[in-house]
Amino acid sequence: MYAYDELDRTLINERVSEFRDQVKRRLSGELTEDEFKILRLQNGVYLQLHAYMFRVAIPYGTLSSKQLRRFAHVARRYDRGYGHFTTRQNIQFNWIKLAELPDALADLAEVGIHAMQTSGNNMRNVTSDQWAGVAPGEIEDPRIWSELIRQHTTLHPEFSFLPRKFKIAITAAEHDRAAIKIHDIGLRLHKNADGETGFEVLVGGGLGRTPFIAKTIKPFVPGRDILSYIEAILRVYNQYGRRDNIYKARIKILVHELGIEKFAKEVDEEWKAMGDVGLTLDHTAIEEVRSRFSYPAYEKLPHMPDELKQAAHDKLFERWRKNSVSAHKVQGYSIVTLSLKPVGGPPGDATAEQMDAVADLADKYSFGEIRVGHEQNLALPHVAKRDLPALFKALDRLGLATPNVNLVTDIIACPGLDYCSLANARSIPIAQELTRRFANHDTADLIGRLHINISGCINACGHHHVGHIGILGVEKNGEEFYQITIGGRADENAQLGTLIGPAVPYAEVADVIEDIVEAYLALRDRPEELFVDTVKRLGVEPIRERVYATR
Amino acid sequence: MPLVKQGRITTDLFVHVADGAELPGDGAVLVTAERFLADPEALLRRSGKVGVIWPNSRNLEELVPHLDRLASVALVFPTFRDGRAYSQARLLRERYGYDGELRATGQILRDQFVFMTRAGFDAFEVKKDADADAFAATMKRYSVFYQPTGDGRVTALNRRMQLRHSESAGQ
Repeated sequence: MYAYDELDRTLINERVSEFRDQVKRRLSGELTEDEFKILRLQNGVYLQLHAYMFRVAIPYGTLSSKQLRRFAHVARRYDRGYGHFTTRQNIQFNWIKLAELPDALADLAEVGIHAMQTSGNNMRNVTSDQWAGVAPGEIEDPRIWSELIRQHTTLHPEFSFLPRKFKIAITAAEHDRAAIKIHDIGLRLHKNADGETGFEVLVGGGLGRTPFIAKTIKPFVPGRDILSYIEAILRVYNQYGRRDNIYKARIKILVHELGIEKFAKEVDEEWKAMGDVGLTLDHTAIEEVRSRFSYPAYEKLPHMPDELKQAAHDKLFERWRKNSVSAHKVQGYSIVTLSLKPVGGPPGDATAEQMDAVADLADKYSFGEIRVGHEQNLALPHVAKRDLPALFKALDRLGLATPNVNLVTDIIACPGLDYCSLANARSIPIAQELTRRFANHDTADLIGRLHINISGCINACGHHHVGHIGILGVEKNGEEFYQITIGGRADENAQLGTLIGPAVPYAEVADVIEDIVEAYLALRDRPEELFVDTVKRLGVEPIRERVYATR
Repeated sequence: MPLVKQGRITTDLFVHVADGAELPGDGAVLVTAERFLADPEALLRRSGKVGVIWPNSRNLEELVPHLDRLASVALVFPTFRDGRAYSQARLLRERYGYDGELRATGQILRDQFVFMTRAGFDAFEVKKDADADAFAATMKRYSVFYQPTGDGRVTALNRRMQLRHSESAGQ
């Protein structure tokens, strides 16, 4: 955990008081809605279909139990008793009243939580691997760098009015859980031949109506130079990114129009011209931030405790353990994923009661720490293996032990037309119906890893382009239709999916998905061949034939 | 439209002269980039001071050779959403060493004062009277800054390291 000091606390309190003044000026009419819109967006406040929506940052997906309890409090006191975890390590509250927002922010600020730059055309919440610091084989904890970048990008005087939003993600593991290739800047921590730590820098990834996978702009930037290099990218983008058309304003379009070589050259020239502007991170500066991350005092525990051996006969426990429990870098410990995808439920939602209960379980079993991943699930990052059976029982009672992590019902979905003013179609009911169709966990196990992503419009908040199966809601003559793609992925081999056939109406989506899955089961080489690998091997055509033959 | 300079509302000594309009015989003028670049020498020979209104889409390198003879550079915010002039301001101050008046013009609200000051602006053509009146109070809103810019404010990271240094020196 990163511990805020007096300076961090002062800054977020100052931001709360500024926002309180802005809300006051809006309510008195001193600020027009047009002016206020930009200011509220910079603080995570959207105007949705029914009410204001409030998006709060969970930097690099790390939360303390105290902070999670405060989310429960906000959900209860200012909202309707629940919150929604998003695909970018944020939590959203959907029913907040404008006049109460400053109080909600002040309550969150007390536990070091803010909503700065969770929307608007600025540098968004920095995201990272939800297993940072505990995943085996990691280069080093990427959250040290995430925090350095979080501070650097917070209320940046030059880059708070960019052409469009700007997202940075960091990974330090071989397997990319942070989806860095679909970010404006993706950073992959690695060591060069001299053993020096630095970053492969990727730029220009993003989904939306013109999706691009990020390209490498520089294979190695030493850690000490990462802030100045990011500054150079941002300065080129701030000046040359398009502002004439909102749909062409992301950095991906600038990179595409200039070409990666020309863009890289511009950035390099700017970087060289900058010289020493106080952004170089020397050893002391990095250690200063590192020193404020605390780590659990792990015990020396056996790899296979008796409790685990005894629980092995419990089929339900074993199924959950195989699905939701992952290897930890410390012997005797595990990382436990908490599925927020119950059968029939909206993906990513958690009630205030669940949040409080998870906070208690984190205190009891995970050194008071919780993680949030872009798949819209939670994780307890430091669970002793001997505690797994007891934890399973507790999670099961809370409805948080659905054994479907990474399976067909672990669906990523945007809020869609049920909440969002941009949406063309509903997302949540599609997800709910699919979880019912695949409710049998044995079937889901048989299918294996399969990511379904649903977006209710072309803005692609549900990342449909990079779902193994992607579902995009569109509007046709006043009706909801859905385009379906297959073969996308968001990891280190990120790729955009391919359209499988004509769009289908709302009522047929679940049938088509079932047919796609059946086609895969018939076509796969062997049970271990994942859906996405079968699509890669055979292409879309054989699956299209089977699915659309009778349509 | 009130002008805020050196932290308070002041009389604007500069006259905005539209393209094609006749220049006053003396007194300070602000002219467009086109007008200035068409004949810089003629303008600079006048007895009054000269400032240039520089669009946010124009390359600063055309302006750089003249910087030491200009009394003001006005950078433009066509809407407060458009942040290009923040980069121009920092480049003028931090890279090209410009130390004359750096003026923000366009849609200027109080909510930008801190950012603008940090980027190097020291004069503000403020849209609303209430915002101009609130300048001093607004500038006191923040006491912690994460990024180094040319304004010399000490960053949070440097304050922490100073603190650490003084703590270890005291032991």
